Amino acid sequence: MTRAFRRHSILPGFGLAIGLTVFYLSLIVLIPLSAAFLKTFTMGWADFWETVTGARALASYRLSLGASLIAASLNSVLGLLAAWVLVRYEFPGKRIIDALVDLPFALPTAVAGITLTAMFAPNGWVGSWLEPLGIKVAFTSLGVVVALTFIGLPFVVRTVQPVLQELDPEMEEAAATLGANRWQSLKRVVFPELMPALLTGFALAFARAVGEYGSVIFISGNMPMKTEITPLLIVTKLSQYDYAGATALAVATLAMSFVLLLFINLLQWWSRTRYA
Amino acid sequence: MSEPRWVRAILMTGALLFLGIFLLLPLIVVFSEAFKKGVEVYFESIREPDAVAAIWLTLIAAGIAVPLNLVFGVVAAWAIAKFQFPGKSFLITLIDLPFSVSPVISGLVYVLLFGLQGWLGPWLAEHDIKIIFAVPGIVLATVFVTFPFVARELIPLMQAQGSEEEVAARTLGAGGWQTFWRVTLPNIKWGLLYGVILCNARAMGEFGAVSVVSGHIRGATNTIPLHAEILYNEYNSAAAFAMASLLTILTLVTIALKAAIDWKSQVEAREVGENRERALAEA
Repeated sequence: MTRAFRRHSILPGFGLAIGLTVFYLSLIVLIPLSAAFLKTFTMGWADFWETVTGARALASYRLSLGASLIAASLNSVLGLLAAWVLVRYEFPGKRIIDALVDLPFALPTAVAGITLTAMFAPNGWVGSWLEPLGIKVAFTSLGVVVALTFIGLPFVVRTVQPVLQELDPEMEEAAATLGANRWQSLKRVVFPELMPALLTGFALAFARAVGEYGSVIFISGNMPMKTEITPLLIVTKLSQYDYAGATALAVATLAMSFVLLLFINLLQWWSRTRYA
Repeated sequence: MSEPRWVRAILMTGALLFLGIFLLLPLIVVFSEAFKKGVEVYFESIREPDAVAAIWLTLIAAGIAVPLNLVFGVVAAWAIAKFQFPGKSFLITLIDLPFSVSPVISGLVYVLLFGLQGWLGPWLAEHDIKIIFAVPGIVLATVFVTFPFVARELIPLMQAQGSEEEVAARTLGAGGWQTFWRVTLPNIKWGLLYGVILCNARAMGEFGAVSVVSGHIRGATNTIPLHAEILYNEYNSAAAFAMASLLTILTLVTIALKAAIDWKSQVEAREVGENRERALAEA
């Protein structure tokens, strides 16, 4: 440790840089976040527990976690497909489509929200096709899944794409030479290589979806117990000046996000050690 | 070695249908909804005073948040990438924290700190300082949600580059700042630009966090996304989508710049590689 330190110490500014970093980090992120946690301690355990396990709160977790899980799974399948087509096949307009994959990441969530609602409303561009089939998307929990699938789209594509690009086609050729058919070589050679990236993409999409607000609240219709996501319930409590209630739900959500973050880091560590 | 033709056709159709519906169609819908009532209504909705105020507030919030987080990103990356110290990966996790927190919670924490019932609320009220439901709250929430963008772009980049070039510059007698401006900055310029444009896109488009701290006062505390929300909820769809179209143009510019930076940095990396090979061959 000290030896490594000394080797780099010809470069100046460590004290200043680390000091500024920790100071700014504390000021903007750590102190405000701890204020939220401290607020819950003022409300007492019984109140806290009652708030975070209320019927309306439980229904909102079910929707937020359930829809996020479905959306992240959809993204894993469709994102893998999209990454595969973008890396392996040639077609006109490929570079533009490839660049547009970042759209859901860069497009403001409110814009995504009102646009998806306009598209999937019964008289919308997509909704009018689904209406005769009896499929209602806007203002149902299906709408929540659609919005979360949209915002999670780049995560799986962008984590899988580089791995797929690095993957040597010679390995698949070797598998074929050894008598494997296409499906076997995919299953035994390609998928094991892609698995860590796919898992990371899934976890990132899921984590993003759980906290998502802007793109969901327009398309979901926001009916309590039915199509109300947890972040919206927090905002509702805030607008009723129920600060303690909002904070309790926020802390419950933060705890879930923290577990997710830990899980993502573990996954990345696992994929690094396994495929280094 | 590839799939049979019909399999390829099915895979391509599936992927392009998915990407078409989720990436291309929304762009068409934004602009067609914005111009639904004609070009005049479109420009009228952008020029009305509340819209202009929203545009200004958005520019102010981004104009403060982006430079702050730019400086922070460079400083944090310098400390983390160029030096060894215990707790480094924990520090990186803390820097990433705003990405894994729901935007709603990002706004909420400032309400708890500065709101009327918050920790500092009574003191602020006594001194007649307004943060929540005012411009400072919006700026703070924007700084919070865009906090990691530049740092997270630079840290892996500078770690990969190592410190040999900086050490060489120092050994040859360059000062600390000189080393940074002449050696480090040229090496990280594309990554830095990348971080800045993504940071800016998020700063101008943030909705959840600013929505919580804004109070939605027309002409005073509405950013472009908040103004679009209000118009949309008033069933003024054309005006809402006119506001949304401004943000969509910003998004398209961001994506185009990002693609251009990718391309440019690849070309440069290739040139550097070729030059190095030529130099080696000559030596």
